[in-house]
Amino acid sequence: MKLYRLITVVALLVMVLSACGTSQSGSKVMNLYGWSDYIPQKLLDNFTAKYGIKVNYDTYSSNEEMLAKLQAGASGYDVVIPSDYTVAIMVKQGMLDPLDMTKIPNFSNLDKRFINRDYDPGNKYTIPYQWGTTALVYDKTKVPFEPKSYSDLWDPRFKNRLVMLDDEREVIGMALQVLGYDRNTTDTAQLQQAEQKLIALKPNILKFDSDTPETSIISGEAWAGLVYNGNASLAFQSDPNVVYICPTEGCGIWFDNLAIPKGAPHKDAALEFLNFILDPAQSMLISEEFPYSNPNAAAITYMETADPTFYASYMAFPGTNPSDAFLANAKPIVDVGNATSLYDSLWTDFKAH
Amino acid sequence: MTTALTPESPVKKFSLGRALRENRVAQGLFLIAPANIYLFLLIVLPLLLVAGLSFLSRGEYGQVVFKFNPGNYARLFDAIYGKIMIFSLGVGVGTTVLCLLLGYPVAYYLARASARTRSLLLFLILLPFWTNFIIRIYAWMMILRDGGFLDSILMGLHITSAPLGLLYTPTAVMIGMVYEFLPFMVLPLYTSLEKVENSLLEAAADLGAPPWRAFLRVTLPLSVPGMIAGTILTFIPAMGMFVVSNLLGGAKTILIGNVIQNQFLTARDWPFGAAASMILMLLTMVFTLYYTRKAGFGEELLI
Amino acid sequence: MSEKKPALWLRIYTFLAYLFIYVPILVLIIFSFNSQKLNIHWEGFTLAWYKVLFQDQEILLATRNTLMIAAIATLVSTVIGTMAALAMQRYHFPLYSTSETLMYIPIVIPEVVMGISLLVFFVLIKFTLGLVTITLSHIAFDIPFVALVVRARLHGYDNAIDEAAMDLGANELTTFWRVTLPTIMPGVLSGAMLALTLSLDDYVITYFTAGPGSTTLPLRVYSMVRFVVTPEINALSALWVAIVFVILAIGQIAQSRRA
Repeated sequence: MKLYRLITVVALLVMVLSACGTSQSGSKVMNLYGWSDYIPQKLLDNFTAKYGIKVNYDTYSSNEEMLAKLQAGASGYDVVIPSDYTVAIMVKQGMLDPLDMTKIPNFSNLDKRFINRDYDPGNKYTIPYQWGTTALVYDKTKVPFEPKSYSDLWDPRFKNRLVMLDDEREVIGMALQVLGYDRNTTDTAQLQQAEQKLIALKPNILKFDSDTPETSIISGEAWAGLVYNGNASLAFQSDPNVVYICPTEGCGIWFDNLAIPKGAPHKDAALEFLNFILDPAQSMLISEEFPYSNPNAAAITYMETADPTFYASYMAFPGTNPSDAFLANAKPIVDVGNATSLYDSLWTDFKAH
Repeated sequence: MTTALTPESPVKKFSLGRALRENRVAQGLFLIAPANIYLFLLIVLPLLLVAGLSFLSRGEYGQVVFKFNPGNYARLFDAIYGKIMIFSLGVGVGTTVLCLLLGYPVAYYLARASARTRSLLLFLILLPFWTNFIIRIYAWMMILRDGGFLDSILMGLHITSAPLGLLYTPTAVMIGMVYEFLPFMVLPLYTSLEKVENSLLEAAADLGAPPWRAFLRVTLPLSVPGMIAGTILTFIPAMGMFVVSNLLGGAKTILIGNVIQNQFLTARDWPFGAAASMILMLLTMVFTLYYTRKAGFGEELLI
Repeated sequence: MSEKKPALWLRIYTFLAYLFIYVPILVLIIFSFNSQKLNIHWEGFTLAWYKVLFQDQEILLATRNTLMIAAIATLVSTVIGTMAALAMQRYHFPLYSTSETLMYIPIVIPEVVMGISLLVFFVLIKFTLGLVTITLSHIAFDIPFVALVVRARLHGYDNAIDEAAMDLGANELTTFWRVTLPTIMPGVLSGAMLALTLSLDDYVITYFTAGPGSTTLPLRVYSMVRFVVTPEINALSALWVAIVFVILAIGQIAQSRRA
């Protein structure tokens, strides 16, 4: 027994000491806080090479987690990546620092459609990073008919074959759209109707999954579902039979943004980073690695000549390049203030059925 | 104990060492002090914050507003939360009972193994749990999924002809829960069983008891402290655990852990989440203290 | 315990139990060689992910942090927890019930509540978040687990041995070191291993008490879940298992050499 203890301690020490070689000290540093694998390592390396600033990349796994942590008082981060509705909440609570646009000349590279949006008018606090949609995906070889709307999902032939995002706003929002209501309503009666509609859908739902719903589509255990465009794109890359459409009732649109939290210790480095990311060549790296839509118009133009095969595939799939028709009916999620508790109660009740 | 007073030595002064050595109460306090101080600072003080938080209100943007609001506790009386609580209790009890039944023989074997094998087996039972939790559960998904590992083997051997359809069902969740909590039951059980003296069993045999009798009357009762510790370490975390249900159960059910997590993250109603936590903690604390006292933890101090 | 071999059914059962515990690990290891990035179906054999792993500075840093935190937290909590267990099983002292209740709180408290309240606490006392705060938090939830396991071991401890030792002239400290401790050692070690296991894989509490630049393995992996958990993490887990196996094997050989 004693020998085991000794060996374990020694082994741990060895592992610890051998790894100690990697030094962390550097006078120029930027603390990035975002999802894992959301910013290409190559981009970060290019940034460090150009400016000599080391990037510390810390991770969270949801907007809500990041919000909870910052709300509780954590600080020290220079750049965070909030989604649209989270930006609105953070702005209202004074958690973000206004951006000095003079330091971000590359801002002009952005597609005009994606700036100056409701969640941050005038882009005082954020620049859009990637954007996308939330809509209907299905495998055309598995599904017995061609779904055109969310209400098709209620078809009994879908029993146990649907994968839904595990997100109360997205799913309740879908039910609201099916009923013809606003997906950000705070009307109690409408919401209760939506809940009842969802309870009727429950037998068709195989699972809820906000993380990797595409695995269910690819593995064939699910035939259709409500997913983000990124999931749909990943599914499509594995299986060309995957179709992604904006249903007749409408779909969702989302934006992830880069922002600087209040009290960021390295604001200058942060601003340099924000500007650097908007450079077309750097922005293209993001699209090449992750299957989302890029709000940087200059990057897309650059892509056409720099990487034509990738450009072709990017433009061809509605997950990365939704048409105007697709977007015509796309609505964002808006924070609903105190009605959030109501949504949550209904969601709890729905899941408990 | 006599101490000779030499002409040079002065009258014995008070010495901490002596006080500790002679005074049982002082010894007890000395031993418990580090834990108490540490936990007081790092647990109680933050807990007081949570308790205070439970009486405040949610602001419009999900921030905490300093307005007294006892309504959080009132909200917990909604029928839905009772239902969820009972369901979570069921999961907790089910996991614990299964872990106890399935883990006891393993702990027994471990306790009877030779000293060398014992430590090896102990390490081996914990080793899988030094890998990442998510990966382990993902591995289970690969095993249980339609057409996955299990199905491939069963259908390949012609034991079944169609996929079992286990994934995203309560069965899959229970498999995952038992898997994750088994070491928490086996380890305390083992430490308790290992103590059972060979001489006691030999005495029982000498007195004519068959092995099963000796087990029931000697070994089992002596392993009760281990069972208690194992039950606490399994039941309470199992009740609050929801990640296994989210992954292996397809997130189709809602447990009390989900509710509390949601309040702090999605619903951003920290006061309500705090209130729910306080009630949950109170209930489990009462259960734990009652249970351990009833089963005799600390009983010998009453002698 | 008994020297005679355990019954056959017990041996078979235990073997099956260990099989149950290891099947997912085997699957996990096999899929570390999967060439499909999304790791859903087996596509082809490759060692590429191991290569990626060794070049991934972030993961290596996270691993180092995780090990350091776990080692320190286990050590400290085992010492404090054992002391506490001794106190609770053998002594009367004022505030006994309060101490006992205090010990159970970290077990009954929901993780997200503990995480957030610790974060608020650290912010209030202006203690910078970082590896230290993570370690302090880990020690906090490890202590009760160690204490509980050691208490189970101490229950029914026959004080006669201790008294005999003291009659023979040993003082309290020597008695403890040479008599009590070796007897309860299985309990202490089990408690320590439990604490280590808890610390290595903690996510929620670590998430809230971590500071910029202080990342751990669970933090990185849980975040990857949002997009894709590539076989790289399988490779890491597989390596981990392999390393400990090798150490155990060395230990076994060394011990049998000694015999």
